[in-house]
Amino acid sequence: MRIKSLLAAAALAAAAALPAVAAEGVKLDGFRPDVRDAASLQRGAAVYMNYCLGCHGLALMRYNTLQQIGLTDDQIRDNLMFTANKVGEPIATPMTRADAKIWFGAAPPDLSVIARSRGADWLYSYLRGYYRDPSTPTGWNNTVYPNVGMPHILWPLQGERTMTMVPVTRDGKPVMDHGKPMMEPRFEMVRAGSQSSAEFDRTVADLVNFLVFAGEPAQVKRQQIGYWVLMGLGILIFVSWLLYKEFWKDVH
Amino acid sequence: MANGTTTANGGTWAQKALGWVDDRFPLTVLWKSQIAEYYAPKNMNFWYFFGSLSLLVLVNQIVTGIFLTMNYKPDANLAFASVEYIMREVPYGWLIRYMHSTGASAFFIVVYLHMFRALLYGSYRPPRELTWIFGCLIFLTLMGEAFFGYLLPWGQMSYWGAQVIVNLFGAIPVIGEDLSIWIRGDYVVSDATLNRFFALHVIALPLVLLGLVAAHLIALHETGSNNPDGVEIKKLKDPKTGIPLDGIPFHPYYTVKDIFGAMVFLFLFSLIMFFAPELGGYFLEYNNFIPADPLKTPEHIAPVWYFTPFYSILRATTTEFMYVVAAGIAVLTLLYWRDYKGIWKLIVPAAAVVAIALCFLMEAKVWGVIFMGLSVLIFMAMPWLDLSPAKSIRYKGPIYKFALILFAIVFVVLGYLGVKPPTDILTRVAQAGTVLYFAFFLLMPWYSRIDKTKPVPERVSYAH
Repeated sequence: MRIKSLLAAAALAAAAALPAVAAEGVKLDGFRPDVRDAASLQRGAAVYMNYCLGCHGLALMRYNTLQQIGLTDDQIRDNLMFTANKVGEPIATPMTRADAKIWFGAAPPDLSVIARSRGADWLYSYLRGYYRDPSTPTGWNNTVYPNVGMPHILWPLQGERTMTMVPVTRDGKPVMDHGKPMMEPRFEMVRAGSQSSAEFDRTVADLVNFLVFAGEPAQVKRQQIGYWVLMGLGILIFVSWLLYKEFWKDVH
Repeated sequence: MANGTTTANGGTWAQKALGWVDDRFPLTVLWKSQIAEYYAPKNMNFWYFFGSLSLLVLVNQIVTGIFLTMNYKPDANLAFASVEYIMREVPYGWLIRYMHSTGASAFFIVVYLHMFRALLYGSYRPPRELTWIFGCLIFLTLMGEAFFGYLLPWGQMSYWGAQVIVNLFGAIPVIGEDLSIWIRGDYVVSDATLNRFFALHVIALPLVLLGLVAAHLIALHETGSNNPDGVEIKKLKDPKTGIPLDGIPFHPYYTVKDIFGAMVFLFLFSLIMFFAPELGGYFLEYNNFIPADPLKTPEHIAPVWYFTPFYSILRATTTEFMYVVAAGIAVLTLLYWRDYKGIWKLIVPAAAVVAIALCFLMEAKVWGVIFMGLSVLIFMAMPWLDLSPAKSIRYKGPIYKFALILFAIVFVVLGYLGVKPPTDILTRVAQAGTVLYFAFFLLMPWYSRIDKTKPVPERVSYAH
């Protein structure tokens, strides 16, 4: 019963909140993904399967695509595969769209290409931007995505924080923006999570890294092939230039 | 000459085979007349690479397009995932898809540069008016092809971009609403729209495009190529051979040169395709990785970069702007007063009065659509707008040089404004840009006549 009422509350939140862009003026923290870091991708995959897949599928990708981040089929099957029977199946969420519609008002989006639409900076800032807000149905709010329908799923790791907007100061003076003092969020930890702030940043970094990989699993191969193609074309430019000069010697 | 004796007279097996073909199809004749003995000016420079590059990109689009259709599903429920299926599951599908998506933008880059070359050296001038007009029609078809193709990935920008553009037709008085429903096949962009856009993108427009490219090349080979000096090389021929003194055979000279150009182009193309296929959201828009959702309008809908100069002109046309347009019509009518002969002294002012009245009788939205259309079509009038005695910018006067540079800057600025959400100031800039854009064309009959040109030489200049 408690789960049902929680879901009902979340449904209200999802129905009320539809903004699809970052709140105006919110500065995103920069994050450079590294999709060659297999260890980070594997940790990110583990976080995803444990915390995200319950609601968000990665349905455009198969489980055995995770071979590309250095895992064997057995490792995938034994450690990461909670929603399928065979490694060739898509990484789908067990939650049906029909159920999700009833529970949340809108089905949580599939995240296969979320890194390509939102960008790594946005995801990295968003996942670290949650704070306690008793005025919302879920009890959570987000600085990057105000009134977001999704509650703070990673709270056992990050802990619970409150947020107050404070004026930005430089040398003790408030910084003005269009005649108004510029504001920035300040967080305060109310109840600590299982990870320190630095550890949590790393966890989110791994997760975002994994989402960037999931957005385009071929990207490493693409760049590797790209170097060879450029080298080949470089040679062809040189050869065709010699050929061109040779032929054009007799044009006066 | 091809006749029955070719086959009878022995020779190697290859000569025999060629003879056999030549008796039935003018292979050798075509090869000689169109390539090996087609004489092109020897002074064609950097700007002349973009014609052959356009052809290269066209072939790329058709070949990669064929392979994409093998796995793409033109179905509103399947389209988005089928594109990702190509990106992930089809072996090297990502390569084919990126070649196609990068090729789309590359097509416009090379075509814009190709058109700019024509504006530089007067390639649109007699006797090449039809080559130019076929070229303009290719550009128009290409815009349609790109527009229809952009719906196919069925992302948010695909969907809402198509919605916005099709709605423009709704602005046309009386028939507008019905027309836009007829185009969509539905009251909103839907599965029916996707299906027909797919049909238009993969068969109808490519056929038109190929036909126009053939016509463009046939017309070009009839008159021969222009060159940076704007000199007709056919005027001075070797009295013995009949070959233009400044001409060199297209093959091997321009084939090797174009191969070199193609390699440099492919290097730059690959640099983008393999290392930045989205090109910062310009070649593949970020929002297009969100599946189309008819219930969620994105905050900011921007067309792809190659449409934005024209889109800016559409947005710049506000109710206030119509006063500027009305004033413009009056100024142009008076400016060319001395050119109207006989009955035209009555017709032109009357038409101007009607046009000025319509400026305020018709909605600005309708005019926006008209101006956007005109901004593309007006290129076709170039052969008749440019009255300068010189063809090439090398011998044209300072006014044309200034006008062309300004036009190029305005084109880029309008393009930039088209991707930005409009603000009061940016709309003013776009309006100024729109005025300058049309002024380049509509004032040309005036400024090209008063401009101080330099004498055009007999022969091309070629320093070696």
